[in-house]
Parts: sequence; C-alpha cells; structure tokens
Amino acid sequence: MEIVRKWIQAIMALLVNGSWSFPFTRTIYQGPLKVVCSPGLNCYSCPAATTYCPIGSLQQMMAGIRIALENGQNFFGFYVVGTMGVLGGAFGRLICGWACPFGLIQELLHKIPSKKFSIPQKLNYLKYGFLLFFVILLPLTVVDDFGYGELWFCKYVCPAGTLEAGLPMLMLQPGLSRTIGIVFFNKMTILVGFILWSILASRPFCRTTCPLGAFYAFFKKLKLVKLRLIEENCTKCEECHAVCPMGVKFNESPEDAECISCLKCMDKACKFNAISLEIAGLPVGRNAGVRRRPGTKQSNAVM
Amino acid sequence: MIGKSEKTSKRVRVAPFVTILFFVIMGIFGIMTGEVRRVLEQAVQVCLSCIGIG
Ligand code: SF4
Ligand code: SF4
Repeated sequence: MEIVRKWIQAIMALLVNGSWSFPFTRTIYQGPLKVVCSPGLNCYSCPAATTYCPIGSLQQMMAGIRIALENGQNFFGFYVVGTMGVLGGAFGRLICGWACPFGLIQELLHKIPSKKFSIPQKLNYLKYGFLLFFVILLPLTVVDDFGYGELWFCKYVCPAGTLEAGLPMLMLQPGLSRTIGIVFFNKMTILVGFILWSILASRPFCRTTCPLGAFYAFFKKLKLVKLRLIEENCTKCEECHAVCPMGVKFNESPEDAECISCLKCMDKACKFNAISLEIAGLPVGRNAGVRRRPGTKQSNAVM
Repeated sequence: MIGKSEKTSKRVRVAPFVTILFFVIMGIFGIMTGEVRRVLEQAVQVCLSCIGIG
C-alpha cells in the first residue's frame, strides 16, 4: 500500500505541475486549467503549476474584498472555499497524505538518514493560527491606501512558494534578483529551516504550519473516507503509535485531526484487524468484514 | 456484547453528503457571482508575494 501511495503522490504532484513549456516561455502556465483547485498545497506561481493554490487564492480574495465590493462585485471567496470544502468533505486530510506535493517533499527529506526527533503536540495548534490570522484576518484587515491587503502567508511564511515558485522564477527571470530583499531572505530562512526540520522530524510543516492542513482537519468527523477503530479487536498493543508519521495514537484517538489516512497503521502495524477503512460509514477494503480478533471464539465476518 | 462499531457498521453516514452538498452550493454561488474569472485572473499572474519580492 505504501508503494501505491507513493505512486499516487508522485502522479498528483505531476498533474498539478503538468506544464513543462516554462524553459521556453520563461514564465508560468497561463491557461484555463488554472480555474481548477489544487487539492494539496502547490504554489500557483510555480512555472509548471496547472492549478490554483487554494491558500493563495483565498488570501487574494480576502485581500481584495474591499475593492471588489467598491466595484460592485460580490467576491467573498465562495468559489474557493466551496471547492476546498468539497475536497475536505470527501477526503479531509487524506489529501495531505496522498495528494500534496509539499507533503511528498517532506516525506522524501525525512528518508535522509539522521537522528530523528518527535514534534511536541502543542505545536500542532499553530497551524490554526496561521489559517485564521495569516490567511484570513490579516489580508482582510491590514490594507494599503487603495484598500488592498497583503498575502501574509504567501509573502512572509510559505516555504512551498519559495521552493516551487521563488527559486525557479529567479532562475527563469534573472532580472527579478535585483528586486529581492529582506522579505526574500526571511522566506529562504524559513525554507531552509523546514528542509532541515523535515530531515530530523516527520512532516513538520504539515503538523505545525500548513493552513490547508488546518482547514481539512475541520472535516475529521464529517469526511466521507476515514479510518475506523474496531474497538473489540484492539489489544492496546500500541504498534499503531510507532508507525504513524503524524504522531497520532490511533487507538486512543481514531478521529484525530492530524490523521492523514496514510493507512500505515492499518497496513503495517495492526496485527489484530482492529483498523478498517470506511466510506460514508460503510467498511471497505482489507478488514471490512472483520468483527472479532482472529483466533477468538467469536471471530467471524459480518455480512 | 455488541461493540459500538459493530452496531453501526452498516449504517450509512449522511453527514459527509450534507457537508459536500453545502460546499457545492457555496461553490455554485461563487461561480454565479463571477468569482471563477477573478480566480483565473489572479492565478495566471506571477505572484510576487509567493516569490518573496512583492
Ligand atoms: S496496533 Fe491495532 S491492536 Fe494495537 S493498539 Fe493499535 S489498533 Fe489496537
Ligand atoms: S493514524 Fe494511521 S492512517 Fe492516520 S496518519 Fe497515523 S498511521 Fe497514517
């Protein structure tokens, strides 16, 4: 299953970055596919990006609300939030595990041999602050003389933007380097910090900073596809704790906001068929019919 | 004893469908107000903030 997941991550990364004419055009893709939402965090100023970044677009909408309203346009971000909500309602943070290019990059970095560290759980809450303040409130409220706000998360934080857009665009358009300053160096420092942290700890950006992960986390109970704990089969052996890349203790918190549905706990860890996948409440896949621990008297399949 | 997960194992959860429908309607509302063109206009421009020079 892990191989399948890696392939799907790679295919999704290629699909949302599927425009390869940039070495000739020396700029970003500007075609109509850019009305499609990238399910994961993928900067739309990446030269190869074929979709829009939901976090970038949401900030644009918030930053431009005043001017839009003054011009008689009722642009509140409904299209962007609607699209994000449909994805969240269907998959929640499964998208982080299966369809986010920046998640894949962090996973690959984490494979570099080194001493590994855990991430304090309290830091997980930071990403909700980034979503609320840097994506919504600051772009909405801190405006210039013309009434236009800034893209706070893109401009001051997003390491995906620096990696996927900043560095490639500086290579494609060397003239841009004359305009870089403190903001760029701040973003480079954040990028290098996350690269090093990803080597030492699993998915630090997803867990502590990603506003898109924070948004999808709100769907932990509502999402269509999710994992389920079959309590009567769980022996509390805690093997699932050891394999989780997000620090989730699955048997203690089966609807954890951090779960990215990578399926490692179900596939690699649990020997007791205590974890199954469900779609809209209906069990599917490997442990779909399993109700009792194998070897116990009542071990049977519910039909 | 029948566990909670056993009792509910065959019940379809309606909440995900209601959630998705809610956001589909929100998205359609956005389309009707012309937001799609606005999103496209923004997405086809190089975002200087994303690069860190805006
Ligand atoms: S690995 Fe399975 S049996 Fe062990 S604690 Fe986790 S869910 Fe329970
Ligand atoms: S709880 Fe299981 S499915 Fe969720 S992230 Fe951890 S290992 Fe992956």
